[in-house]
Amino acid sequence: MTFEPKIVGFLCNWCSYTGADLAGTARIKYAPNIHVIRVMCSGRVDPTFVLKALESGADGVLIAGCHPGDCHYQEGNYSALRRYHLLKKMLSDFGVEEGRVRLEWISASEGDRFAQVVNDMTAQVRALGPFHRQKAPAEQATAETASKAS
Amino acid sequence: MGKLKLALYWAASCGGCDMAILELYEKILDLAAAADILFWPVAIDVKYKDVEAFPDKHIDVCLFNGAVRTSENEHMAHLLRSKSKILVAYGACSHLGGIPALANMTNKQGVFDCVYKYTASTDNPNNVQPKTTVKVDEGTLTLPEFYDTVKTLAQTVDVDYFIPGCSPVPEQTWAVLEHIIQGKPLPPKGAVLGATQKTVCDECKLEKEEKKITKFYRPFEIIPEPKKCLLEQGIICAGPATRGGCDARCIRANMPCRGCYGPPEGVMDQGAKFLSAIASVIDAKEPEEIDRIIKQIVDPIGTFYRFSLAHSLMKRTRMAEEKAPEETKQRNTVAARR
Ligand code: SF4
Ligand code: SF4
Ligand code: FES
Repeated sequence: MTFEPKIVGFLCNWCSYTGADLAGTARIKYAPNIHVIRVMCSGRVDPTFVLKALESGADGVLIAGCHPGDCHYQEGNYSALRRYHLLKKMLSDFGVEEGRVRLEWISASEGDRFAQVVNDMTAQVRALGPFHRQKAPAEQATAETASKAS
Repeated sequence: MGKLKLALYWAASCGGCDMAILELYEKILDLAAAADILFWPVAIDVKYKDVEAFPDKHIDVCLFNGAVRTSENEHMAHLLRSKSKILVAYGACSHLGGIPALANMTNKQGVFDCVYKYTASTDNPNNVQPKTTVKVDEGTLTLPEFYDTVKTLAQTVDVDYFIPGCSPVPEQTWAVLEHIIQGKPLPPKGAVLGATQKTVCDECKLEKEEKKITKFYRPFEIIPEPKKCLLEQGIICAGPATRGGCDARCIRANMPCRGCYGPPEGVMDQGAKFLSAIASVIDAKEPEEIDRIIKQIVDPIGTFYRFSLAHSLMKRTRMAEEKAPEETKQRNTVAARR
């Protein structure tokens, strides 16, 4: 059985979510692996959300917002961009593979682009395999006790 | 009510938290007058077996400092939990993992290689490394197991309260102890004591204006202007993502906050909030320019999670076997064949 990744998508209300809606009304087919969470703006996506998603079992996280210059709140997507770059640098130090966390600009009229991004990302994360969640400390302790006992 | 029965213990720690208790200065006499100290390895000679002989819940309050990295730390955490009515995680290591938890960026072997092999001062031609047991003529000697991952006290046993800080400021420690000694009611279990609900920025007296940064400095690279927010000057300061209570003592000494009081109330992951705060002061819109500025932040994990890596959502860097699916498969088949 091929591995089906779980991808959490944070889509901004004004562009990307509307773009995803358009993909639906236009009946464009795309991978069912994305679990969409609507946020008011990509600038609302706290890095905590991304880490929490990964920690809770997501294999990839997509953040999507309006194209630069088009944010409903003027600057929100620039905040998202800056956080994303810094987060990416830190995630690579954590050993999280490039491609698990992505930021994309998708406008309200780009239903096809939304579908393409989701397909692309699903294929990429599928190739990476599951995001092996950190073993919870309790599990680790038992594993360590077990290895000691053996 | 008789005298308060107090115990203090150090697990994976530097000794600074014990110093913080001694830093109560003359108040230590008040403490000695109000409390019987049943166990305190740094100051009094009471053995582990003496503690083991205590009845359950014999100790009223135990201040446990240090993280949990070895089987000895783990054993003492369980022991002191069962012998104490109130178990307090005292100091950043016990609360969040602290500096020892930065070892979660590698594993046991990585730590051992660094300490017993690669450090410049190490002279160890036979590459001798610690083992849990070794046979000598007189019998078998043992050492505790050293774990791959450092944990907080609360990830090990049930904890009643947390007193943050590396180390906690003595005034706050005393305020909490005095409160307990006077028998005043304590807040609900799980509360952070000896600190505020807000951030270090909130109690920092420096002047804050707009923060727009195109260059970050490490503290040794710049002499900060007095009176002006350090972050506005490009010095990475954890104030916006750190719980107050220390009265901004580092900033008052012209050093940026490193985050030792941990996440403010309601914040799940201190490093993510800190990263977010730093990203939002970067004055750039083009990806290349953003990357150029970000490059100046050396060691993001060590900066953003300096004291809270064990407590964070990620908890540690991913181990090799968690990363590469092919390797994992191989390992599993090898293990299955055995
Ligand atoms: S960022 Fe640091 S220096 Fe600036 S106000 Fe906050 S605590 Fe003070
Ligand atoms: S200023 Fe920051 S690092 Fe310094 S004692 Fe306070 S919380 Fe800790
Ligand atoms: S509203 Fe779409 S990114 Fe801000």
